[in-house]
Amino acid sequence: MTVFLIRRLLQTVGVLLAVSLVVFIGLYAVGNPAEILLPDDATEAERQAAILALGLDKPIWVQYAVFLQNAVTGDLGTSFVYNTPSITLILQRFPATLELALSALFIAIVLGAPLGLYAGLHPGTRLDRTIVTGSILGFSLPNFWQGLMLILVFSIGLGWLPSSGRGQTGTLLGIETSFATWDGIRHLILPATNLALFKLALVIRLTRAQVRETMPLDFVKFARAKGISETRIVGVHVAKTIAAPIVTVIGMELGSVIAFAVITESIFAWPGMGKLIIDSINKLDRPVVAAYLLVITFMFIMINLIVDLLYTALDPRVRLGGKA
Amino acid sequence: MSTLLEVRGLKTHFDTRAGMVKAVDGIDFTLNEGEVLGLVGESGSGKTVASFSILGLIDPPGRVVEGSIKFKGEELVGAPVGRMRQLRGRDIAMVFQDPMMTLTPVLRIETQMVETILAHEKVSKKAARDRAINVLARVGIPSPQERIRAYPHQFSGGMRQRVAIAISLLHNPALILADEPTTALDVTIQGQIIAEMQKLVAETGTAMVWVSHDLAVVETIADTVAVMYAGRIVEHGPSAEVIGHPAHPYTEGLLNSIPSRTTPGQRLNQIPGMAPSVLHLPPGCPFAPRCRYARPACATPPPVRDVGTAHMARCVAPLNREVAQ
Amino acid sequence: MSDTPTVAPPVTTPSGMIAATPLATPSRWRPVWDEFAESRTALIALWVCVLLLLAAIIGPWLAPQNPYDLTEISFFDSRLPPFSVSPDGPFYLLGTDNQGRDMFSAMLYGLRTSLFVGVASGGLAIAVGVSLGLIAAYAGGFVDALIMRIVDFMLGFPTILVALMMLAILGQGVEKVILALVVVQWAYFARAVRATALSERSKEYIEAARSLGLSHTRIVFGHLAPNCMPPVIVIGTMQVASAISAEATLSFLGLGLPITEPSLGLLISNGFNVMLAGLYWISVFPGLLLLTLIFAINIVGDRLREVLNPRNAR
Repeated sequence: MTVFLIRRLLQTVGVLLAVSLVVFIGLYAVGNPAEILLPDDATEAERQAAILALGLDKPIWVQYAVFLQNAVTGDLGTSFVYNTPSITLILQRFPATLELALSALFIAIVLGAPLGLYAGLHPGTRLDRTIVTGSILGFSLPNFWQGLMLILVFSIGLGWLPSSGRGQTGTLLGIETSFATWDGIRHLILPATNLALFKLALVIRLTRAQVRETMPLDFVKFARAKGISETRIVGVHVAKTIAAPIVTVIGMELGSVIAFAVITESIFAWPGMGKLIIDSINKLDRPVVAAYLLVITFMFIMINLIVDLLYTALDPRVRLGGKA
Repeated sequence: MSTLLEVRGLKTHFDTRAGMVKAVDGIDFTLNEGEVLGLVGESGSGKTVASFSILGLIDPPGRVVEGSIKFKGEELVGAPVGRMRQLRGRDIAMVFQDPMMTLTPVLRIETQMVETILAHEKVSKKAARDRAINVLARVGIPSPQERIRAYPHQFSGGMRQRVAIAISLLHNPALILADEPTTALDVTIQGQIIAEMQKLVAETGTAMVWVSHDLAVVETIADTVAVMYAGRIVEHGPSAEVIGHPAHPYTEGLLNSIPSRTTPGQRLNQIPGMAPSVLHLPPGCPFAPRCRYARPACATPPPVRDVGTAHMARCVAPLNREVAQ
Repeated sequence: MSDTPTVAPPVTTPSGMIAATPLATPSRWRPVWDEFAESRTALIALWVCVLLLLAAIIGPWLAPQNPYDLTEISFFDSRLPPFSVSPDGPFYLLGTDNQGRDMFSAMLYGLRTSLFVGVASGGLAIAVGVSLGLIAAYAGGFVDALIMRIVDFMLGFPTILVALMMLAILGQGVEKVILALVVVQWAYFARAVRATALSERSKEYIEAARSLGLSHTRIVFGHLAPNCMPPVIVIGTMQVASAISAEATLSFLGLGLPITEPSLGLLISNGFNVMLAGLYWISVFPGLLLLTLIFAINIVGDRLREVLNPRNAR
């Protein structure tokens, strides 16, 4: 187990280095570094000063080393626009994005698993085919267009829900979250649904496929031969069997959900990391972009690691290293 | 001894893309209380489908199209699902071939045993657990109180099969359907399991249908033997009779091909050809293409002949017998 | 799923050796088509795709006006709702946008751009991905490991992020968007092809080709490739849809195509602001067209996947 963790840690460091290299080369070495790092309207004197201050007159590999050094201490540059350290900006916005992402995943699972389960248990029926085609629609709808439609229908058309911003937050279990206030929840519903729809399709298809694969297996037949009720067979035997692979996939999707939040946050003006990054790209606030990419990479790797650990916890065969 | 199981004209067909597969095409047999029937045949003969049919475990695209299965006088074909569920595991239990895949991998043995008890009886979880531990001890699992908490993959093949047998004994069923229970095991373990089963049958008076492709195994444990070929029973009689004086050429072929019956140094006997595809059965006797005694009369479906006490064969010219009436 | 390829009649080469070449004979696809056609939904979707493709190709002749030719549009006709007839004559089937452009025409041109970007990036991604996947499978060893590590790395990141990253660095423009999409997509093809190629690699026809002394390139691209196509077809179809969707998203976010060559995504983006004021047609119609296109392609791709994948015993 420890060997496993150490190996993963080394891999993590490796990947982070690789990404930092790519980010560095992309943002700091392409074109004239001075031009890129400075706000576009800097004067010549400021340019010279910046070049010296940022060590741009030194060889590239020295710059990279400095970059790494700073990164390790948590200094990933300072935003041009806000004049605060990028890393602070990002971490400030992180909770909002996380809240959105987790809500979306929750909706996707709560709606998707039952639908997928039903479809898997009744293959070939009308409802099954409808569910499958519906799921294709789910991932065919471009995320942003869906969001627009949601706003059009629920905000403008029906006027039920607000279309932008995060509502009031309160503290629940010591964490500041939108769930603490009704206003907060109201503001959360549309963006969370928007973000959830894509993953919903995935959860449906995944659950359905897993159920279809598992039902014909021998142990299901054996359970029937013992006189176990169909409800228990599906609810315990099948459910526990498909839990591990489904949780793994969904867990890995958390990273992707956080990434896709970029779009949802833009449309719904949700104050998270995603909106920050889009604004930063548009305003050419490159330190923030660089910081975001590195933070996201790190997060992805962490998520992968946690999911792997979860899998071993859920599947006793892997955990206890059984014989075949 | 009274009749426990009566099967008449059972036909189970599968409607597949390639055509209608007549896996079981009309079989009859009777099983008395405490009797052990060996159901023998090659892969594809329909023996496994027959045992699944008894418990109503045939999944689409297959179904029992015709016939009657009477258990203690009660008709099982067409019985409501709820009734079948009551019988399964309690009055009729089944032991499958490959215990690796028949025990749910992600659940503990304890869970799988206790749920079997609770599915049929209202007892406390503790009582159920104790009963399970007792049965595990009976089948020879050491330290059952600890081992019961284990997962299936933590047992060896032989132990897993013992667990499966234990599960089948939980409700002291009147009938156990054992579908090739030793095929997936090492030869040495095979012997142990067979001995175990013999002991249990003697102790409890449970009737058994032992499905196998191995006549040698069946010889040791069965009272009567039924030989299946291409979905039909081609010979049926007391095991000593069928094995000592086979009446059907196929049975003779099976017996001759048992390696231990060949003198060392001699070529092994084989039945030439392969088992027919149940999609394209020839008219007349399905064994005729491979039979060394085939004659023109075999082109018509062979009649059932009485060839001894409670001994029948489906052949135009049963071996070593007068062509009796 | 590749079946054993049909073998052409043996041919004796000058050196007296016998060559056996696998052929993907036309009869191999007939049963695929038959099964594909069993789904009415898939057939309808296929027709829709064909129709839209045709519309895109003959777009400029089909459209009542060229919305990007300033001489053809009239600012006074801006923001007209669907089915309006302007005093000057033109009939605006689907209304006009805030510059006075006919929505119907704008959508046709947008469709062209969207399809072009989707197909071009998909095609290039296939070329790159399939080649690398084949090479990885065929060469094995270090080359394989290297390529696969890169593939794993690429696939670990959600497409939208990588595209964002690239466009942040490269800036706007059609070629840049296509490039970003290719970078994002090639890895899927590489992985799928490599898997198929690995199992094909050990089959007899490859051995035969090798023993003939054919060059590696010839073997990989001439013999191995044709038999690894089925998963590529499935993934390719769905990736085109995904690319179209991704491009629309990027354009909507202001990072993709410039205003001079709008795709459906940009059209939607343009209409977003005024949508809140009730001028729904500027966003909604291009959106519906985009949705139809992507949905239809995905249905076809999904059906292909069902038909071409190894079938479990039913």
